[in-house]
Amino acid sequence: METKDLTCIGCPLGCSLVVTMENNEVTSVTGNTCPRGDAYARKEVTNPTRIVTSTVRVNGGSLPMVSCKTKEDIPKGKIFEVTEALKSITLEAPVHIGDVVLSNVAGTGVDVIATKNV
Amino acid sequence: MKNYDLVIVGGGPAGLAAAVSARDNGIESILIIERDKELGGILNQCIHNGFGLHTFKEELTGPEYASRFAKQVFERNIEYKLNTMVMDISGDKVVTAMNREDGMFEIQAKAIILAMGCRERSRGALNIPGYRPAGIYSAGTAQRLVNMEGYMPGKKVVILGSGDIGLIMARRMTLEGAKVQVVAELMPYSGGLKRNIVQCLDDFGIPLKLSHTVIDIEGKERVEAVTIAEVGPDRKPIPGSEIRYECDTLLLSCGLLPENELSRSAGVELSPITSGPIVNDSLETNVDGVFACGNVLHVHDLVDYVSQEAAVAGKNAAKYIKEGKDSSAKAVEIFPEGGVRYTVPKYVRPTEIEDKLTVRFRVGAVYKNCYIATYYDDTLINKRKRPVMAPGEMEQVILDKSKLAEFPDLNKITIRIEEA
Repeated sequence: METKDLTCIGCPLGCSLVVTMENNEVTSVTGNTCPRGDAYARKEVTNPTRIVTSTVRVNGGSLPMVSCKTKEDIPKGKIFEVTEALKSITLEAPVHIGDVVLSNVAGTGVDVIATKNV
Repeated sequence: MKNYDLVIVGGGPAGLAAAVSARDNGIESILIIERDKELGGILNQCIHNGFGLHTFKEELTGPEYASRFAKQVFERNIEYKLNTMVMDISGDKVVTAMNREDGMFEIQAKAIILAMGCRERSRGALNIPGYRPAGIYSAGTAQRLVNMEGYMPGKKVVILGSGDIGLIMARRMTLEGAKVQVVAELMPYSGGLKRNIVQCLDDFGIPLKLSHTVIDIEGKERVEAVTIAEVGPDRKPIPGSEIRYECDTLLLSCGLLPENELSRSAGVELSPITSGPIVNDSLETNVDGVFACGNVLHVHDLVDYVSQEAAVAGKNAAKYIKEGKDSSAKAVEIFPEGGVRYTVPKYVRPTEIEDKLTVRFRVGAVYKNCYIATYYDDTLINKRKRPVMAPGEMEQVILDKSKLAEFPDLNKITIRIEEA
C-alpha cells in the first residue's frame, strides 16, 4: 500500500488530498470536500491532464496577440508540444471567442479555441 | 456640466457588475468611465483559466469572463466612455475627467461607485538594494507584454514574491521558452493560491524558496544576476545563505495596493490595513452616496467574489438614488480579532441589511483546524471549523438579519480565529 499527497486544483479552495493506492489501483481518496476532488485525485495519479492557455499572433486586429485555450484537458506530458504548435500560427483578424485556432493540436484530438475578440 | 444618476469609475469586473446590478435595480442614467481602450480591466491580460467557477459554474479564462459581463453591459445599453481618465472626484460628487474627444469635462452624479482596482507594489516600494538596470518588471507588466502585446521580457528569469500573478507568470514564461530558475518568497508561506503553486510551479519543477528575498541585483545596462538569501524570523537576510542566479530578468510579485488617490480627494476615509475605503453594509464610504467595490476596496483572491460584491454595491447605489438614506440608522462596528486582519464591511446597520450579509476578511497567518467565531457583544453566535486558512485566501462570515434583531442594544460584533 502506498499513499500520495496531492493538492486539488479543481477549484481555488485547493484541498489537500491523500490518495491511497494498492497495486496501482486507487483504494481511497481523503481530504476532498466535493466529488470533484475525488475524481481529480484518481485522474491525477493515473492520467494527469491540463487545460493549456496561450496566445497566437493576429494580423490586423485591435491587438497583435489573441489569447486561446485547449477546449478540453490534454495530457500533462503534451503541454510543451501544444505551445510549440501554436508558435507557428498567425491568424487574420477578426477573431472571435470560440473560433478554432488549431484543430487536433499535437495529436490530442482537442481543438485550441480563441478566448478573446480581437 | 453633465448630469448622471450614477457614475462608475473603472470598467473592470467590479465596475461592469456594479453597472449591470444598478440598471437591473431601476437606474437608467449610468456612466462607466474606463481609462483603457476596452472594458474588462486586468482580466484582459489574465489569459489563464479558473475564472467564473462560482458565477457561471464553468472554468473561463480572464478575457472570456470579462466578455460575459461586457455583453451584459452592451445588452442593457449602459453608457460607457473608454480612454477616459478621471482626474478628480469632489466630496459633493462632481467627477472631473478627460479624454481626447471631449477634453476636460465635469459630471454631477447623484451617486458614485469607486471601482478603480489596484496596482502592483513596485521595486521602489520594496527597497531592494543593487543597481537599477533594465529587466526588472512587475509580474503584471510582464503579463501584459507577453499576453497582449506579444513581447518576451527575458529568457532567464528570477521571480521575487509568490503572489498569484508571479506564479502564473512563472508558468507563462516557461511555456514561452524562458528558464524560470526560482521563485523567492519573503514570508514562510506563499501569498498565492495553492492550486497555482501546483499548476504553475510543481508541474514545471520550478523551486519555491520560502523565507527568501533578493539582496542584490547586478548589471548596469541589463540585469546580469540576482542574489537571494534566506531570512530569519525577523525577515533579515542570514549571512552565508546567499545563492546567486545569473539571469536577465527579475519579476516582482510582492502584493497589490488598492488605487485610492481619487477616493482620497473625495474625502473618503481609508483603512490602514486594506488601504481601501472603510465601508458599511451597503458598501458606502463615509461620504454620502459614494460606494466602493472590487480591488479598490480590498484585494480579492477570486474575481467571482468581486462580481458578487460589485452587484451589492450597484444595488445599494440604486437604492440610495431612488430612496435616499436613513442617516438615523444605528451602525454597529465589527471588530476583527485574533488573526482576523480586517473585515469588509466594517460597519453594519442591523435595520438596513437584507436577510443575510456577507462579511469578508483575510487572516494574518496560516491557521490549521481552527474556528471562525462570531460574537454579538459577548454572546457567541456562530463557530465554524476551517481545516486550513491562509493569508492568500479570503474568508467570510454570513450575518443573519433575524439574529441581529434579537440584539436591539448591540454595541459590537467581534469576529476572531479560535483554536480548537
